[in-house]
Amino acid sequence: MAGIAVSTTINGDAVEYLCQPDEPLLDVLRDRLGLTGAKEGCGTGDCGACSIILDDRLVCSCLVLGAEAQGRRIETVEGMAHGETLHPLQQKFLEHAALQCGICTPGFLIAAKDLLAKNPDPSEEEIRFGLAGNLCRCTGYDKIVRAVQDAAHVMKQA
Amino acid sequence: MVEVTLWGALSQLAGGKSKVEVEAKDIRELFRKLAEQYPGFEPWIDRGIAVAIDGVIYRDTWGKKLPEGAEVFLLPRLAGG
Amino acid sequence: MNFDPRYANRNFASVGTRPIRPDGIDKVTGRARYGADFNMAGQLVGRVLRSPHAHAKIRKIDTSKAEKLQGVKAVITAADLPDLTDGDAAMYDILDNCMARAKALYDGHAVAAVAAIDARTARQALKLIEIDYEVLPHVTDVDEAMRHHAPLINDTIFTEGLEEKPAKPSNVTKRSQFGHGDVHAGFGAADFIVERSFRTEQTHQGYIEPHACVASVNLDGTAELWVCTQGHFVYRQHCAQLLGLEASKLRVTSSEIGGGFGGKTHVWAEPVALALSRKAGRPVKLVMTRDEVFRASGPTSATSIDVRIGARKDGTITAAEATLRYSSGPYAGSWAEIGAMTAFACYKLDNVRTVGYEVLVNRPKTAAYRAPSAPMAAFAVESAVDELAKEIGIDPVDFRIKNAAQEGTRSSYGPVYGPIGIGPTLEAVKNHPHMKAPLKQNQGRGMACGFWFNFGGQTCVDLNIGMDGSVSLAVGTVDVGGSRASLSLVAAEELGIDYSQLKAIVADTASLGYNDMTDGSRGTFSSSMATISAARNAIKILRDRAAQMWDIPVEDVIWEQGHAVAKGDNYGNLGKLSLKEIAAQSGKTGGPIAGHSELVADGAGVSFATHICDVEVDPETGATRVIRYTVVQDAGKAVHPTYVEGQYQGGAAQGIGWALNEEYIYGKDGRLQNAGFLDYRIPVCSDLPMIDTQILEIPNPNHPYGVRGVGETSIVPPLAAIANAVSNAAGVRMTHIPMSPPRILAAIEAEREG
Repeated sequence: MAGIAVSTTINGDAVEYLCQPDEPLLDVLRDRLGLTGAKEGCGTGDCGACSIILDDRLVCSCLVLGAEAQGRRIETVEGMAHGETLHPLQQKFLEHAALQCGICTPGFLIAAKDLLAKNPDPSEEEIRFGLAGNLCRCTGYDKIVRAVQDAAHVMKQA
Repeated sequence: MVEVTLWGALSQLAGGKSKVEVEAKDIRELFRKLAEQYPGFEPWIDRGIAVAIDGVIYRDTWGKKLPEGAEVFLLPRLAGG
Repeated sequence: MNFDPRYANRNFASVGTRPIRPDGIDKVTGRARYGADFNMAGQLVGRVLRSPHAHAKIRKIDTSKAEKLQGVKAVITAADLPDLTDGDAAMYDILDNCMARAKALYDGHAVAAVAAIDARTARQALKLIEIDYEVLPHVTDVDEAMRHHAPLINDTIFTEGLEEKPAKPSNVTKRSQFGHGDVHAGFGAADFIVERSFRTEQTHQGYIEPHACVASVNLDGTAELWVCTQGHFVYRQHCAQLLGLEASKLRVTSSEIGGGFGGKTHVWAEPVALALSRKAGRPVKLVMTRDEVFRASGPTSATSIDVRIGARKDGTITAAEATLRYSSGPYAGSWAEIGAMTAFACYKLDNVRTVGYEVLVNRPKTAAYRAPSAPMAAFAVESAVDELAKEIGIDPVDFRIKNAAQEGTRSSYGPVYGPIGIGPTLEAVKNHPHMKAPLKQNQGRGMACGFWFNFGGQTCVDLNIGMDGSVSLAVGTVDVGGSRASLSLVAAEELGIDYSQLKAIVADTASLGYNDMTDGSRGTFSSSMATISAARNAIKILRDRAAQMWDIPVEDVIWEQGHAVAKGDNYGNLGKLSLKEIAAQSGKTGGPIAGHSELVADGAGVSFATHICDVEVDPETGATRVIRYTVVQDAGKAVHPTYVEGQYQGGAAQGIGWALNEEYIYGKDGRLQNAGFLDYRIPVCSDLPMIDTQILEIPNPNHPYGVRGVGETSIVPPLAAIANAVSNAAGVRMTHIPMSPPRILAAIEAEREG
C-alpha cells in the first residue's frame, strides 16, 4: 500500500514522513520518528497516556491519523524542556513525587501544560476536571494535583 | 525437640494432629524429618512452606536454627502483589 | 550470612529525607524506556489469536493459510511450546495459560500467534488461522461453580485438603483452614452475634502499561528478552524452563515498568514471543492491546464470603469465623487460603476459625493484586465488626481498640506477633481531627483496619566505588515506585556520603545473582537490607585501604561520616581520609573498591493500617462521592517519606475504585463485556479528593533501620472503610462490592420496602 507523504512541525522542527492511511499519529511518533515519550495505554482514547498538543488543542494521538498532521503543529513531552532547563511542570512533578511508575507522566505533563495555557490560575476542582482524561493508577492523583498547583504558582510569578 | 504447629491442610495429612514433635536443630532437618514421618508432606515441602519461629516468618533459610522451646509454625507460602 | 539484620536505634542523616528520585528526569522528559519503547534491528511484530469462547475443546487448528500470507515469518500454536515442565503443576498451568493446549478455558485464552513484518500483516494473518472449536458449557460465577451440577472445568481436579480424597472431581481445587480455640464455645459465650454474607466482584490491577516485550533467540541457544516485569529473574526462570533454554544463556533486561501491582509477577506472552523469535529466526516485539490485558492477564478473585462474629456486652469478641470462596480462574490457586489467613489478623481472638475454598471458573487466570486476597476478606470482616459494634452500642473505633491484636497475641493464622502497629493506628485514628469533622445530610463516615504480611526473599546488590569517589548501586529488585531513590538513601546513610554522589540502577539478569521479584512489599525492605550489607562490606575494604595509605593496622581505622579515621593517641596528626581520597588511590592499594551482598532477607515485619473515609450518597441516583479520605499506616521506618505517602495514597485510590465502580462483567455467553478503560472505569482525577496520610513508625526488629514493607497494606482497608461509610450514609448495610449506583439504589429501595 502506498504511503502518504506528510509535512508537519514537531516541537518547532520541520518533519517529513510517510505513513499508511490508517496509521495512528501515535504509531508514527513512536515507530517512525522515535518519539516514544507518548505512550499507548489503551489505543482507544480512554487513558490519555498518548496526549499531545495539536495546533493548541489537547488530543489523544492514538485517535488522530498520521496523515491528519499535514501542515499542523505538534507538541510532545520531548519538547517541554529547553536545553538544560526543565519546564516548571516537569520540575514540580519531580519535587512533589507526582509520579511513581511514570508511564502516565508524559500525558499528564502535556495535559497540564494545555490546561495552564488556557487557565493560568485553576482551582483544585478545575485541575481535577482538566486532568480527568488522563489515567494514573499509582498515585491517587494527590501529588499530581499539588504539583500542578505549585507549577501554576511559579509560572504566574515568572 | 521442638513442637511444630501445622496448618489445616498439613494437619489432615498428619492424621488430624495439629501439633507434632520433631527432633531438629534447623529448618532443613525439620523438613527432612517431617517428610520421613509424613510422606504426604513432601509435595507441600517441594512447593514451599514458610516456617514461623517465635513469630518471625522464614521462607528460604534452611540453616535457620530452631532454639529449644521455640514456637514453630508451618505456614503456606504466599503470593504477593 | 555475616550480617546482623537486627534493628538498632540511630539518628539518620539521609534516611527520612525527600530527595528527587534518580530516574525522575528520564520520566518527565519522555526518555525513560518502558516495555514497548525498545526496538531491535530486524524485529518482527508478534500478535496473539485468542479464544472467543469461555470453554471449548480445540479440535483442530489450521495455520496453513496464515503461513502463506506474504510477510508472515512464523505461526505458532501449543505444538511449538511442548510441555517441558516435568511434573511441575504450577508451571504447567502457566504454560497452558500462555498457549491453550487441549481446551480454551476462558474468553481471551491464547490459541495461536504470528510474527510478521508489520502489525497490519500480523492482524491479517490472525484472521486466516482456522480453528475448529467444540464449545463446552461454561461457568463464570464463583458460587455457581461450586454447585453440584456445574460444568466441570478440569476433570483431573479432586479437592485437596479434605480428610478423605473425594470420589468425584469438582471445581473446588483446595480447602484450607486456620484458627485456634473453640469457636462453638466462643459463640455460646456471646451476648451478640452478627452473621452476614458478602460478595466482591473481580477487578483488574489496571496498570496503564500493557504487557510488552522484545524477544530474540539466537541459533546457538542464547537469547535476550527486554520486558516490563516485576521480576526479570523470575521471568528468566519461567521462560528458560518453558522453552528449554539454559537460564544463564537467557539474558533478561527489565524495562521501566508502567505499573504492575502483582499483575506482572509471572509470564504471559513472553514465552510466546521467544517461541515466535526462535521459529522466525528474528527478534519479535509483542505488545498486548488493552483489550488483551483485560481479557487475558491477571485479574484478582471474585469472592463470596460468610462471616460470623460474637461478642459479650462489654465489647469483648468471644468468637469469629469465616468461610471464604475465591475464584482462581481455570487453574488451581491459593487465593482463598490467603484470605483465610488475613481475615481476622487485626484482632486478638481466643476462638477463631476460617475456611477457604479455591474455585475454578472460566475466567482469566487469577494473578496477585496488591496484598492479594486480603481486601475482600477485610471488607467482609470489617463490615461485620462495624455492625456488631452498632448492636452492642459501642463506638466502632473503641470496639476495635478493645479487641486489637498486640505484641504477644496469637495471630488468627498461627504465629505470635512481635511488636505491631494495629493498636497505634487505631489510637491515631481515634485522635485524628477527621473523626470529629461534622457531616452533612446524605453523608456518612466509615473506618476500617487492614493487615498484610510483607515478604523478604533472595536479594543481591553490587555497590561499586569509582576512582572519583562516586558510587554506583546495582540492584536486582525491579523499581516499581521509587525504590532506586530509597536504596540510594540507604547506601548514602551507611557510607556517610551525600545522596547526589550515588546512582542506582536495576541490573539485568547477567549482571547480578538471582533476585526474587518485587512483590509482597519486599522491594525496599529486602533490597535495603542487601544494600546495607553491601555498603558495610565496602567499608571494610575502605578501612583496609586507608590503613595501607597510612601504613597502620586496619584495626585502628574506623569509618565515621564518610571518612576513615585513625583511632588512638599515636595517630593524632593523621587527620581523616574521605571516601573520595581513598578511591583516588584504589588502583595502587589493591584495585577497585566494591561491596557485594547476596542474601535472603527474612523477618519482614507485618504491617497494619486504619483508614477513615467520608462519602456522600445521592439517594436519588445511588451515586457515591468520596469527599474525604485519611490513611494511617505503620511503615516501620519511612526511608523516603514522600514515596511512602505515595504508596498509601495509591493503594487507597485503587481501593476506592474497587469499592465503588470496578468490576468484570460477563455475559451469559461467558464473554467479558467491558474489556476497556471506558467501560471498566478506574478512578480519574475528578473522582477523588486529596488523600491525607499519617505515617507511623513502629520499628521492625528484624531490619537494621526498622523498615517494614509499605506497598500493599494500603489497599486492604478501603473496601470496608467505604462500605461502612456508604452504609452509614444510606442507612442500609451494603454487602456487595462494587457499590455501584444500581446496587446502592436497590439496597435503599429494598430497605424502604422493608
